[in-house]
Amino acid sequence: MLGNVDLTLVDWSRAQFALTAIYHWFFVPLTLGLSFLIAIMETIYVRTGNEEWKKITKFWMKLFGINFAIGIATGIILEFEFGTNWSNYSWLVGDIFGAPLAIEGILAFFIESTFIAIMFFGWNKVSKKYHLASTWLVAFGSNLSALWILVANSWMQSPVGMHFNPETARSEMLNIWDVILSPVAENKFLHTITSAYVLASLFVICVSSWYIYKKRDLLFAKRSIVISAVFGLIAALFVAITGDGSAYAVAQKQPMKLAAMEGLYQGQKGADLILFGVLRSDAQQDKTDNFLFKIGAPKMLSILGYRSGDAYVPGIKDLVDGNKQENIMSTAEKMDRGKIALAALRSYKEFRKMNDKAKADSSLVVFNQYSQYMGYGYFDKPSDVVPNVPLTFYSFRIMIILGVFFILLLMVILFYAVRNKLESKRILLFFSILSFPLAFIASQAGWIVTEVGRQPWVIQDLMPTSVATTHISSTSVMTTFFLFAVLFTVLLIAEIKIMINQIKSGPKGGDNV
Amino acid sequence: MFETYSYLFLQQYWWVIASLLGALLVFLMFVQGGQTLFNTVAKTEEEKTMLVNSMGRKWEFTFTTLVTFGGAMFAAFPKFYSTSFGGAYWVWLAILICFVIQAVSYEFRRKPANFLGPKTYETFLYINGSLGVFLIGAAVSTFFTGSAFKLNLFNQVEWQNATRGLEAVLNVQNVALGLTVFALARVLGALYFINNINDENIYVQSKKQVLYNSIVFLIFFLTFAGLLLVKDGFAYDPATNKVSMESYKYLHNLLQMPVVLVIFLIGVVSVLAGIFVTLFKKSKKGIWYSGIGTVLTVFALLLIAGLNNTSFYPSTSDLQSSLTIANSSSSHYTLAAMSYVSLLVPFVLLYIYFAWKAIDRVKIEKQEFKDNEHIY
Ligand code: HDD
Ligand code: HEM
Ligand code: HEM
Repeated sequence: MLGNVDLTLVDWSRAQFALTAIYHWFFVPLTLGLSFLIAIMETIYVRTGNEEWKKITKFWMKLFGINFAIGIATGIILEFEFGTNWSNYSWLVGDIFGAPLAIEGILAFFIESTFIAIMFFGWNKVSKKYHLASTWLVAFGSNLSALWILVANSWMQSPVGMHFNPETARSEMLNIWDVILSPVAENKFLHTITSAYVLASLFVICVSSWYIYKKRDLLFAKRSIVISAVFGLIAALFVAITGDGSAYAVAQKQPMKLAAMEGLYQGQKGADLILFGVLRSDAQQDKTDNFLFKIGAPKMLSILGYRSGDAYVPGIKDLVDGNKQENIMSTAEKMDRGKIALAALRSYKEFRKMNDKAKADSSLVVFNQYSQYMGYGYFDKPSDVVPNVPLTFYSFRIMIILGVFFILLLMVILFYAVRNKLESKRILLFFSILSFPLAFIASQAGWIVTEVGRQPWVIQDLMPTSVATTHISSTSVMTTFFLFAVLFTVLLIAEIKIMINQIKSGPKGGDNV
Repeated sequence: MFETYSYLFLQQYWWVIASLLGALLVFLMFVQGGQTLFNTVAKTEEEKTMLVNSMGRKWEFTFTTLVTFGGAMFAAFPKFYSTSFGGAYWVWLAILICFVIQAVSYEFRRKPANFLGPKTYETFLYINGSLGVFLIGAAVSTFFTGSAFKLNLFNQVEWQNATRGLEAVLNVQNVALGLTVFALARVLGALYFINNINDENIYVQSKKQVLYNSIVFLIFFLTFAGLLLVKDGFAYDPATNKVSMESYKYLHNLLQMPVVLVIFLIGVVSVLAGIFVTLFKKSKKGIWYSGIGTVLTVFALLLIAGLNNTSFYPSTSDLQSSLTIANSSSSHYTLAAMSYVSLLVPFVLLYIYFAWKAIDRVKIEKQEFKDNEHIY
């Protein structure tokens, strides 16, 4: 806090966090979704006693195991990175943010790691039912871990259930239920896990379609496709519903992010939702025409964001310059108040140290009056509060367009799969194979909307990213950045090679499971 | 219920839980120890497969315990989390990297087309079991020897050493604890092989390793314990929160908390008993005694690091920046809320116990790997 801000340090720390999080997110959605698909397949096996289903289960389980290991490898870095690279952040909000991480470990990770051992090694050691229960518990455990980490992330988007304690110079928790049950957290959890189910279903469909394309393992492939298309289609519809819920939450809690998502520079009543558009490279808040071209759905943005066709949606200009008519305070005003709050906090701490109680108390009164704007006190100029608009805008478009595409694709696949006509639909098979990389793009784009759109805040309105870092030389962080980049890339290559090899040898390829 | 307890009680309660997690972690590092013995104990590929699979079914617990230890410290003592991880940057990242390379190695080692080749993954496991374990021991020893850092007015850490934590290995006592934990992990690993695998050669070779590593362990453990009992410690006055040096602080802690002393003594005796019955009584159950002994001993050591008005993360460059359970903990509310969660820990231990029993009911044998099973 209150020190000089080393921008290269902040940038390298962000780059490192983004790198590790993006790598983590390559593997996590597959774990989340595949664990459920495997559990469903094994349930069919136990119900029917058909050995063919056991083989199907075991094949996907093998791929699951390869992916799971590397998911864990990347996760441990993320958890400790809050301490190593964002230590000022960890101290400021550890009282609130640490709890979900600890609960995640105690409740979720142990379920996963205990029952995964039975899932892999218990086939001949425990009864069929016991084994099936273990497989379900792995799915349950991994999704439970998603809940807690997403509660933590949601709290950063919309800090609730806490207050700032000037005594300890940190935020402290007032109500854990507010943190867990916040509407942002609910939407984020449901949207993220359902998007992971879509991604995993498309993985199974991609691999199976390739078998059909190659005219091999047909029965296996068709069965796998039917299961995952049903599962994936239901999930994809939920993705759309919860995505709408997420956008609504963003409109309420993070209006600047919403404006960036829509490239909305100037506020409007009855604003359009842009379905497709191209931003001018020199777009800025004082221009009225920032799009090279766009196709919009009339009034949809007001309806989606505020559930009313005539609602006013503030643009970037309104949020930066303020808008008296709509009762929006300008950022400059917030910055002034924030600077007063920070100065009062500092003198409070100093008077306390000198044991001057009277002066300390009067500083505290000033601080309490303005503390709500404290975070704004760190900025140099009002435009600092604007995130990267093009990146947020395009990422959002990509995600939504792909979301609609997946729903249609899954319907078509299901239609032909139940009629057993997939073999002759070569183009459809081609799209099915392509859909898996697209799912990755959609999923990563989603996180970019969330995280880049949140900038410059690490905790909305409370703490800018620039003051959250550890005091350390940027060369150290640069070094670890490259270390992780090399290490994770090597491991990713290994994972992909192993996966491809296992897929090529197929469900019959005798190799150990 | 918990919200009615005093702040101090909750801080102590969480220090006890963290110490227990740390103690379980050191015991579970038998996996790491075992990883450094694959080539020493196994004489054939087939034997190595048995060893790798014996550890491969357990490594995740060690890993998860490490993660949970980190999470629990974050939630209960966030100032430790920000000071130590942010300050001693390089030592913690070195430890983490040692664990990242472990996580993929079991799964990838024998898979066809694994890019790096089986030897590389075995090397990864070796690095994890040696360097990783040694560094954890050295880092934990700084709980007693202290580190050079300052906290500013806003409790932000300024580390005084450019090596960011790696300087810990320049202190004799830290090195002694690092090597103690390394040798102990190898003893436990060998004891675990003896218990978990039905194979004559593995038994004979593991027994040899128990002997050699026990000697190394004893030398370094006695060095560490001796230095600890005679050294000055970091005490604080609960009334003023001022930290000062006190001679024989850790010895005093043991004497002033007789329960901890008893735990410590039972622990040490039990570790030795496990080694003894293995070497001289042909018992295959040594891991039980030594394992429980390890948990108790480490538990007692961590208790004297933080309880009885002791600073558990002392600063050598600015005494008043030292962390104590009182000045580094979460708020009363958070500690109470987390305490409810801690009530679930016994259930976690219970299902882990039953799951292990189900898997370990049948000992590992050569025959097992001839069937079409999930093999590492
Ligand atoms: C939506 C889900 C999700 C998200 C957003 C994250 N993770 Fe994750 N994480 C999982 C879902 C998950 C998982 C699916 O549950 C994993 C993958 C493999 C596994 O064992 O659990 C996992 C593994 C995993 C592990 C290894 C756990 C073990 O020992 O079993 C750690 C330490 C973390 N994660 C920590 C994090 C942190 C600090 C994140 C914040 C950026 C994060 N994860 C984002
Ligand atoms: C796993 C999927 C995730 C991805 C792909 C992702 C992506 C990103 C990206 C791209 C950034 C850099 C933003 C920028 O600098 O412009 C970032 C930063 C960050 N994210 Fe995430 N994120 C993910 C999950 C999370 C979660 C679950 C949390 C919290 C629990 C989180 C916390 C942070 C923090 C602390 C930073 C650094 C500070 C900041 O720049 O805001 N992220 N993430
Ligand atoms: C169908 C239309 C979709 C809509 C309306 C939608 C909406 C949204 C919104 C508004 C956010 C930002 C939430 C925030 O900033 O807090 C978001 C995030 C995200 N989206 Fe989507 N999305 C859709 C489809 C998809 C698809 C197909 C995927 C991936 C397969 C996906 C994956 C994600 C992920 C991983 C995040 C980050 C986690 C989160 O903040 O919830 N979304 N989505």
